Amino acid sequence: MSAQEPEDLEGTEFGPPAPATVVDPAAPPPEFEELVASTHTAAQLDPTAPPVLSVRDLKMHFPLKSPLVRRTVGLVLAVDGISFEVPAGGSLGLVGESGCGKSTTGQLITRLYKPTHGSMMFEGQDLATVSRKQMKPLRRDVQMIFQDPYSSLNPRHTVGAIVATPLRTHKVVPNNQVLSRVQELLEVVGLNPEHYNRYPNEFSGGQRQRIGIARALALQPKLLVADEPVSALDVSIQAQVVNLLQDLQKEFGIAYLFIAHDLAIVRHVCPEVAVMYLGKIVEIADRESLYEHAHHPYTQALLSAVPDVKQAAIGGRRERIRLTGDVPSPINPPSGCRFRTRCPIAQEICARHEPPLVQIGPRHKVACHFAGELGHHPAQPVTSRLLAEDGAGRSDEAARLVAEVATDVGYADSWFDLGSQTVVSGARKVGGESPVPGGNLPPET
Amino acid sequence: MTTLMSASGAAAGDGPLLAVDNLTVRFPTADGLVHAVTELSYTVELGKTLGIVGESGSGKSVSSMAVLGLHDSRTARIAGSIRIAGEEVVGADQGTLRRIRGNVAAMIFQDALAALHPFKRIGKQLSEAYLVHHPQATKREARRRAIQMLDRVGIPQPERRVDDFSHQFSGGMRQRAMIAMGLINDPSLLIADEPTTALDVTVQAQILDLLQDLQREFNSGVVLITHDLGVVAEVADDVLVMYGGRGVEYGPCREILTHPEMPYTWGLLSSVPDVHADPNARLIPITGNPPSLLDPPAGCLFHPRCAHVHKVSGDLCRTVLPELVPGPRGSGHLKRCHLPDPESIYESEVLPEIAPDLAEVADVGREG
Amino acid sequence: MFSFLVKRIVSGFVIVVLVSLAVFTLFFYGPKSPALELCRRDTHNRCGPTSPKLEEYEQRLGYNNPMLSEYAKWAKGLVAGRTITIGATDYDCSAPCLGVSYRDRTSVSAQLKERFPITLSLAVGASVLYLLIGVTMGVLAARRRGTTTDRLLVSSTLVFSSVPYYLVALLSMLTLTISTDIFPRVEYHPFLDNPLKWATGLLLVWLVLGIYGSTSYTRYARGSMVESLSEDYVRTARAKGLSNSAVVVKHALRSALVPVATIFGLDFAFLLAGTVFTEKIFGLEGIGKWGLDATYIKDLPVVQATSLVLAVSVVAANILVDILYSFLDPRVRLS
Repeated sequence: MSAQEPEDLEGTEFGPPAPATVVDPAAPPPEFEELVASTHTAAQLDPTAPPVLSVRDLKMHFPLKSPLVRRTVGLVLAVDGISFEVPAGGSLGLVGESGCGKSTTGQLITRLYKPTHGSMMFEGQDLATVSRKQMKPLRRDVQMIFQDPYSSLNPRHTVGAIVATPLRTHKVVPNNQVLSRVQELLEVVGLNPEHYNRYPNEFSGGQRQRIGIARALALQPKLLVADEPVSALDVSIQAQVVNLLQDLQKEFGIAYLFIAHDLAIVRHVCPEVAVMYLGKIVEIADRESLYEHAHHPYTQALLSAVPDVKQAAIGGRRERIRLTGDVPSPINPPSGCRFRTRCPIAQEICARHEPPLVQIGPRHKVACHFAGELGHHPAQPVTSRLLAEDGAGRSDEAARLVAEVATDVGYADSWFDLGSQTVVSGARKVGGESPVPGGNLPPET
Repeated sequence: MTTLMSASGAAAGDGPLLAVDNLTVRFPTADGLVHAVTELSYTVELGKTLGIVGESGSGKSVSSMAVLGLHDSRTARIAGSIRIAGEEVVGADQGTLRRIRGNVAAMIFQDALAALHPFKRIGKQLSEAYLVHHPQATKREARRRAIQMLDRVGIPQPERRVDDFSHQFSGGMRQRAMIAMGLINDPSLLIADEPTTALDVTVQAQILDLLQDLQREFNSGVVLITHDLGVVAEVADDVLVMYGGRGVEYGPCREILTHPEMPYTWGLLSSVPDVHADPNARLIPITGNPPSLLDPPAGCLFHPRCAHVHKVSGDLCRTVLPELVPGPRGSGHLKRCHLPDPESIYESEVLPEIAPDLAEVADVGREG
Repeated sequence: MFSFLVKRIVSGFVIVVLVSLAVFTLFFYGPKSPALELCRRDTHNRCGPTSPKLEEYEQRLGYNNPMLSEYAKWAKGLVAGRTITIGATDYDCSAPCLGVSYRDRTSVSAQLKERFPITLSLAVGASVLYLLIGVTMGVLAARRRGTTTDRLLVSSTLVFSSVPYYLVALLSMLTLTISTDIFPRVEYHPFLDNPLKWATGLLLVWLVLGIYGSTSYTRYARGSMVESLSEDYVRTARAKGLSNSAVVVKHALRSALVPVATIFGLDFAFLLAGTVFTEKIFGLEGIGKWGLDATYIKDLPVVQATSLVLAVSVVAANILVDILYSFLDPRVRLS
C-alpha cells in the first residue's frame, strides 16, 4: 500500500475547486415517462455466459480459543462447504438470515479472510490459495461495497481522496490524470463531479453509498461483491441505488455477488439466487424456480414471512409457515440436516444424514430429503436412491452419478427429476421406464 | 382489561383514545429552526392499529416521542394538542407525563439491544416498569408479574431467563422482552417505533403476530411506525403517510394501498419490489433527496421530486401548499396534493409499470 | 473470571520484575555510579573518579560483578534476606530485604514501613474526595448541559487547574492552618491509634488534593454522562415513567462511571507513588519526597524500593479496576 497521504490532494495538487455549475438543484424533476425510461425491469438471465467466479466447497472455520491457554476448544462453522458460480456480467444473489454465513462468504471472496478449505477460481487463479502478493493485482478485478454508508467511508478523507485511493495504490493512471478519472467516476454514479473536495458528512446516506460504489468502480472490476448495499438506506433511495447498479452492470458488464436479506430486492437484481442457512446452501435456483417453485422448507418459510403489500387488498394476515425455536449456534450445529430443529417436516433420516445438494431441474438445486413444493412434500425421502439406501440394498449407478454431479459447481445437463425419481437429461430420460413414484426401481441402461 | 384514565373522569369510549391535533414540533439549532413536524393531525381508537409510514426526516419518530412528552422541554418547541384518553399532553407538567408514560401509554423502540439497559437484568428492568406505577407492590409481586409477562410474549423458560442480561437474548427475544416491558401495566395505547426493522424476516413475522395477538387480548390502540409498506399492509387498520414533517395521505389501509392518491405514496409503492411481482414490473425510484427541514420548499413539499408536477396547471405546486383534504374517493381518504384526477393517473400510468398483472385485471374489470 | 484474574496476576508479576530489572540496570550502568557518591560522602569529598578508594567501594558494592548476578542477589535478598556490605561495615538485612540506604545506612524496609502508610492515607483520602466532588459536579453539569450552571462549573474547573498546584497548597497551608486556626494542624497520626485524629490531621491536605484533582474528573464525568444520557436505554427509562433523578442515578450513572473508573485506577496508583509537593509543603514524611531525594543522590536501594512500590501499585490498581468493571458491566463478567 503506497504511503500517499490523501491530504496532498487538496488545494495544492488539484488547484482550487471549480465553481459548482454542473448540477442545478432548481431544475424540475423528470416527467414520469422519462423516469420510467431510465429504470429497469428485473435483470434477465444469460444462460450462455461463462462463469467469472467458480466457488467449490468453500469453508471458513473460525477457531474458538479457551481464555487461559489460547488452545482451540471449538470451531465456529461460519461457512461450511458451499459451491456456486457467478456468471460474467450477471448476478447471483445470496440470501439468508443473520448467522447464515453470507457476509462471511463475501469477505472470503475478496480475501479479507483466508478460507480454511475449498477453492474460489477466478480467471484461472484460485483466490483461496494465492499469496498476499499475488492477490494484490487480483484485487483490481474483485471489489466490494459495504452495508453501512456512514461507517464505511473515512470521515477525514475527502470524497476525491477516497475514490482516488485505489487508483493511486494500483498506479492505474498517471498522477496528473487522477483527478479527471475521479470526476468521471463521480459523474457515472450520479454525483456532482465538482464535489470531490467535500467530506462524507456533507452527503446523505444514498449519496455516500454512491461514493462507495464509485470507489469500487475505479479499477474497473470484473466482479463486485455487494454486501447488503441498500439495507441501511431509505426505501426511495434504495430504488435509486438499485437502478444505478443495474445501469452499471449494463454499461460495464460487471458481475455481482449480491448479498442481502431482502428477498424482494434480490429477486429484482439477480436472475439466480442461493439461499443459505447456518453456513450451507440449502437451495440455489433461477428466479422463477426459487420464488415460484421453492422446494426447500426453509426457503418456503422465508418467502411466506415476507410481508406483502398486496395483502392490504385482502385484509388481515396471510397464512404463514411459522418456524419454531431460534437459529442454532454455528459452533455446534445440529447433526444431519442443520435446519431440522426448526423444520416443520423433519423426520428421523434428517438427523442421521445430511441431505446432499442435488440438482432437480435445469437450473435448480436443493438440499432436502423431502424436497417438494409447498404442500406437496413427499412422504418418503427423495434422496434415498442417492444415499444408496434402497430397500433391496442395491447400489444405484445413475443415482451415484447424480450425487457426484451434485457436489460439482454449476448446473449439469442431467438432473434428478423428483416426480419420476429418475435421472433425466434435457428433454430425454436416461432410464427407459417411468417407475412408481417413491419406488426404487433401477433404470435400464 | 384496560382502564382508561381521563382528566374529566369521562367514561371510556368518549372520543378517540389518542387525538393529535395540529401538532407542530420545532427544534432550534445552530443552523436555524428545524421544522421537524408541522400541523399534524390524526386519531387512534381503542382496538385499532394506525400505521405511520415515512422515511428519514419525515417526522414520524419525532411526532410519536412528542405523544409521550419525551422531548427536552428546554429545546423543543411544541404547539398544538395531543390528547390521550382526553388528557392533554402538550404543556402538561412532569408529574402528569410521568403518570401517563409506561402506564396509560407505552412506547417500544427499534433496536432492542440499545434500548434495554446493558448492565441490568431483564427482570429488574421489567419489575422497575411495574413498580414505578404500582409503588405499593412488593418486589416479589413485581418479579412475578415480570415472569408472567415474559411468558405471555413467548419467551421460553421465563423463570430462568428473567435473570439474564439483554445481550444473552437473541434479537427476536429481546424485542419480545421490550414488548413485555411496554405492556406490563396494561396500557391503553402502545406506540411501536420501527419494532421489526432490525430483525430477520422470519423473526419479524413472529413479532408482528405477537403484537396483533396482544392487541386483541388487551384491546389496546396501537401506533406502528415503519418504513415498510408491507408491514403496514398486513397489520394496520389505518395508514398515515408522512413527508417532510407533514401528513400527506391518511385513510383506511386498504384504501390507501389499493387506491393511493398522492405521488409520494405512488413513489413509495413503486420503489418497493414485490416477491411475487411480474418480472416485467419496474422498480421506479423517487429522484432527488428528502427535503431540508431547515428551509422547507415553498408550496408542496414534494414538488422538487414529483414526476407528475407537470400535470398540474400553472405554478400551483411550487407556490401553494395543498391542504390535507378528502380526495375523489370520499371523506375517509385524505390527501395533500393538487392533482385533479389522481386515480386515473395512477391506474393508467403508474400501475402498469409497477404491477402489470394487476393493471391488466383492472383493465379487464373496467372493460367487462 | 478466575482464569482472567490468574492471567492478570501472572502478567502483573512479570511487569513488576521487568520494572525492577530496568531500574537496577539504569543505575548500575548509569553515569556516576552510586559507588562514587558513597565514597565521596565517606571520605568527605576526597574521592574522585580515579582514586583507588573508589575501586574498593565498587568492589565492595559489587559493581565489578556482572549486573545480572548483582540483580539476582538483590532479588534473593528480597525473598530470603541477606548481608550487605557498605564501606567497612556489614549490615544484616532480613527478608523482605530491600537493602540499606546509602545515605543514612538505615534499613530501607523499615523506612518504607513508616512512610508508606502516610502516603497511603493521603492517597485514599484524596482520591475519595476527588471522586465524590468530581463525579457529582460532572453529573450536575451534564444534567444541566448548555445552561449557565454547566458553563460555570466547567469554567471553574478550568480556573482551578490553571493555578499551579504548589501555589494552591502553599497558600492553603499558610492561610488555613498556620496563620489562622480554621483547620487543625497538619500532622500524621496512625489510623490504628486514633482514627479521628488521623482524619482531622490530614483533612486539609485531602481537601486541597481532592479539590485540585477533581477538576479533571468533573470534565471526564460530565463528558461520559452526557454520552450516557443520550443512549437509547435512557430514553426507554424515561418512557417507562421514571423520574429524572431515578433515570440519572439508576440508569445513566453506571455506564457513565466506566471510563471514569479506568482513569481513576491509574490516578490512584500514581498517588501511591507519592506526591512530592504535598509532602514537602505540608511536612509529611511519605515516600514521595524520600524517593525523589534518593534519586538525586543515587541512593540505589531506596530508588529500587520506591519504583517497586509504584510498579506494584499500578499493577494492583489495574487489576482492581478490571474487577470493578466486571461489577459495573456484566458483559465483561460473563465473557
